[in-house]
This record gives sequence, structure tokens and C-alpha cells, in this order.
Amino acid sequence: MGQNTITVTDSGFADAIASETPTLVDFWAEWCGPCKVMDGPLNEIAGENSGKLTVAKLNVDENPATMGSYTVMSIPTLILFQGGEEKQRFVGARSKEQLISELADYLQ
Amino acid sequence: MAEKVLIIGSGPAGLTAAIYAARAELEPLMIEGVERGGQLMITTDVENYPGFSDGIMGPELMEQMRKQAERFGTRIVSSDVTAVDFSEQPFKVSVGSDEYTADSIIISTGASARWLGIEGEARLRGYGVSACATCDGFFFKEKELIVVGGGDTAMEEALFLTKFASKVTIIHRRDEFRASPIMVKRAVNHPNIDIIWDSVVEEVLGDTLVTGALIRNVKTDEVTTFNADGIFIAIGHVPNTKVFDGVLDLDDTGYIVTEPGTPVTSITGVFAAGDVTDKIYRQAVTAAGMGCQAALDAARFLDETT
Repeated sequence: MGQNTITVTDSGFADAIASETPTLVDFWAEWCGPCKVMDGPLNEIAGENSGKLTVAKLNVDENPATMGSYTVMSIPTLILFQGGEEKQRFVGARSKEQLISELADYLQ
Repeated sequence: MAEKVLIIGSGPAGLTAAIYAARAELEPLMIEGVERGGQLMITTDVENYPGFSDGIMGPELMEQMRKQAERFGTRIVSSDVTAVDFSEQPFKVSVGSDEYTADSIIISTGASARWLGIEGEARLRGYGVSACATCDGFFFKEKELIVVGGGDTAMEEALFLTKFASKVTIIHRRDEFRASPIMVKRAVNHPNIDIIWDSVVEEVLGDTLVTGALIRNVKTDEVTTFNADGIFIAIGHVPNTKVFDGVLDLDDTGYIVTEPGTPVTSITGVFAAGDVTDKIYRQAVTAAGMGCQAALDAARFLDETT
């Protein structure tokens, strides 16, 4: 797990995404190969946008409630939250560059 | 300065080519792609790759190959190639606005799941439509699922999905499977697998989540609605050759044409290895073997021309 990302769980999830600073939640699992591919890019994005964006990791095996309430049905899924609301959702692995351009509106 | 060897793709073929090219001191540059590691990244147990008597997880095997390639000095760029120009030496490869040049190229971009191309399929991808049971099966605990296809992949996916789903229905357009007898037997005898023969899926139904599919019987033309929470497409693969269309000789199904038994393509100095050129064997170990051939041939080519 990257040093720049935080871990979130079912308990306290609502608080974790409540901030006006955007929070990007990475829904992942140990058995998911494409999820591992995202570890490096997400850690870098978190490090490079410290203070502008929080990157949080949620293990779907251990946190079924959150997975269910946001109907995550494929991983990796990334959901961007701001003020407790879902703003954007990305399903499937993607490159760091692609993700940065997709997040551009929230990284200013 | 042009690279000596530029490798596109990072499955078993590309990484084996990288290991050989790096050990030959050709300092390979690998454009690994966003779907790094290839199809083994979405595979669980690999039980037929020699050297792992207890089996190995697909992603773990690819991580080991990648480390081995890096250990000998392979440099890796983690993006997709967006354009190529092989019309003259050195060859040009673009990754967005970055351009790389190389004296030789090894293409090992593999193949990806084929989609049906029907209404609702793309819109509901990630919301009940999937082509990867090992990735997404987990999300369908106690649900009812459809698997479309009749080959080994379809049987494997259906059997894997029974770990999670309460019922799996295989829909196949013919009245028999082309899968291997052992896989067919396992699927047909499974208490939680049903089979609908002679039928095709015409449309995936659902507003925000999959609720079912429209099924047409190809013999009677009768169309029925089949309720399901998810639909897994397992109808084969297509080679990842879009950026090479019009650049290299491809066959009518899009595979890169090579001289039989060799990685030699229609352009001297450009080699192809693995599933991008192989529609017969398509195994990790055959891809790795072809990657080795490509690196050795690239080394010989560079030797003769420089």
C-alpha cells in the first residue's frame, strides 16, 4: 500500500468522504490483478496533489456495506467524492496520465 | 538516439523478449500499456506454467517476470502506444505526445475479450455486464447469471461463477459446445448450471443495472426475456492490433501475419510474438517462447544491420 494514500472502511466511511477536499476512493481486492496496477499511479497522484486530493483505499472483501451501497460491481472502481456526494466514477484500470486528465476539474 | 529494441506490450511474450534483449545488452525499452501484464492479470490459478509445481497466481507470475526483466535493465513506460510509423528507419512509436524511435520493434500487445456489440452491452459494462469472471464474479453472490459462449473460456467462467452465483445459465448459439470434453462434462453435470442451446442474446436489459437479456432462438426465431443480475461474455478474443492496421500485414481477423514458425512480420526489423499473432495455441508458455524467438531475431537483425 502506498505511503500517500489512506485506508477507509465501512465504519466511518461517511465521515471520510464528507470533506470539501475531493476524496478519490479506490475499491480494490487482494485477488484483483488490475487493481494492483493502479497502486503505483494512485500513490503518485496522491503525493503530487497533497492538500488538493485525498486518495483512499477500500478493500471490498472486508467492507461489503460500502460496496453494496454504491453498487460497485466491478473492480478496480474509483469514485470521486466531494462533500459526501459522488461526483465521478471510473470503472477499470487506467494510466496515471488518463486519470489525471479525467480528474482535472478537481485538481485545480 | 534511437533505442535498439522497443517492445510494445507486457504479457509473457513481451516480458520474455525483454529478459532476453536486456541480457543481450540491448537495453530494451518497454511500453507496457495500461493493461499491463496482459490476460494473466485477470486469471487466478495458473497450473500449467512449467516450474511452478503447486501452481501460481496469474498476477504473481507476471510480477515475477516484470521484476526479472527490470533486473537486467529493461526500462518501462506505463502507457498505451497511440500511433506508430514503421515506414522508415528508425521506427517511430508515439505515446500521446511523446515520441520514441527504435532500430527494431517487438510487438506483443496480445488479445482482449471480444464483445457481442449488442444494445445495452457497453452502457451496462461494470453494472452487470462483464467479460471477466475472476474480476467481477465476487460481486454476484447469490445472484442469477448468464454466460454467453461455448468454448473453454465460457465453461471456465461458468464453473468459476458457481462459487458465487446461485444459478448460472450458459447461452450458446449452436446445439453443441466446442469446448474440450472435460470442461463440457464439468459444466453440463454441474447442478447450478443450466444451458440454453441454439440461442443468441439480442439485447442486454436494464436501466442502471442489468436486469436480464432478450434471447432469440435461432431455429424458431422466438424471442424471450430472460431475467438475470449479470451477463458474462465469453465468446473469444480479438488481437490488439488497431494501431498497426494499415502499417503491417494483418490477416482477415486482425492478427499480425508472420512467416510460419518465426516472429518475422511484413516489415524487416519489426517482430511479433504471443497472442497478437497466434490464434492457435494462445498459451502463456507459447507466448513466452515466441517472445524469446523475437528477441533473438531482433538481436541478429541489429547485428547484421549495424
